Amino acid sequence: MLRPSHFAAVVLFALFASVIFGITQRDTPQRMIRYGAYCFVLFVGSAIVLSWLMFLIAR
Amino acid sequence: MATPVNKIAANGKGSQQGFVYLPLIAGWLVPGAGHFLLRKWGRGALIAASVVGMFVLGIAMQGKLYSNVHDVLDLLGLAGDLGNGMLFVLSRVLGLGADQVQVTTADYGTRFIVVAGLLNVISAVDAHNLHTGRKS
Repeated sequence: MLRPSHFAAVVLFALFASVIFGITQRDTPQRMIRYGAYCFVLFVGSAIVLSWLMFLIAR
Repeated sequence: MATPVNKIAANGKGSQQGFVYLPLIAGWLVPGAGHFLLRKWGRGALIAASVVGMFVLGIAMQGKLYSNVHDVLDLLGLAGDLGNGMLFVLSRVLGLGADQVQVTTADYGTRFIVVAGLLNVISAVDAHNLHTGRKS
């Protein structure tokens, strides 16, 4: 059974979802790559920010 | 002067061959197949790798495959799972996936499987739009 860490799961999820979003939401390859990278950063970045927020709230 | 509607019609003129919903249905049943039919090899390969990869990881994490509907959330989960097309059917036949979520990673796995299905539906609709000329 695969047991990734929370962060690894977030990164994998962001990677796959960003690839699909990039391909389906933009027309040209260059814009696909840029939009995919943008989505990836937003996914992972928001997960990190929310994690810190929850950590600080829980203290 | 070409209106947006005329442009769509003009773009789609060359690609409207055969059954118009074939890329949509093929893309739903087999991830990436809709794009392969349209000879978009790179996009199809990336979509197939992403959807199948996410589904397999979900199964490997002992994610739950929805089969019975007890409440609205189960119904939504089943709808997401069905988006995987043949992957879902094949996994049910082979008895893969967990019946009940028992560990945290299995919960992640369940979400991975549902989201893989939803992403596959988005990809199939994208293939349909490419076929009709709505997208280039």
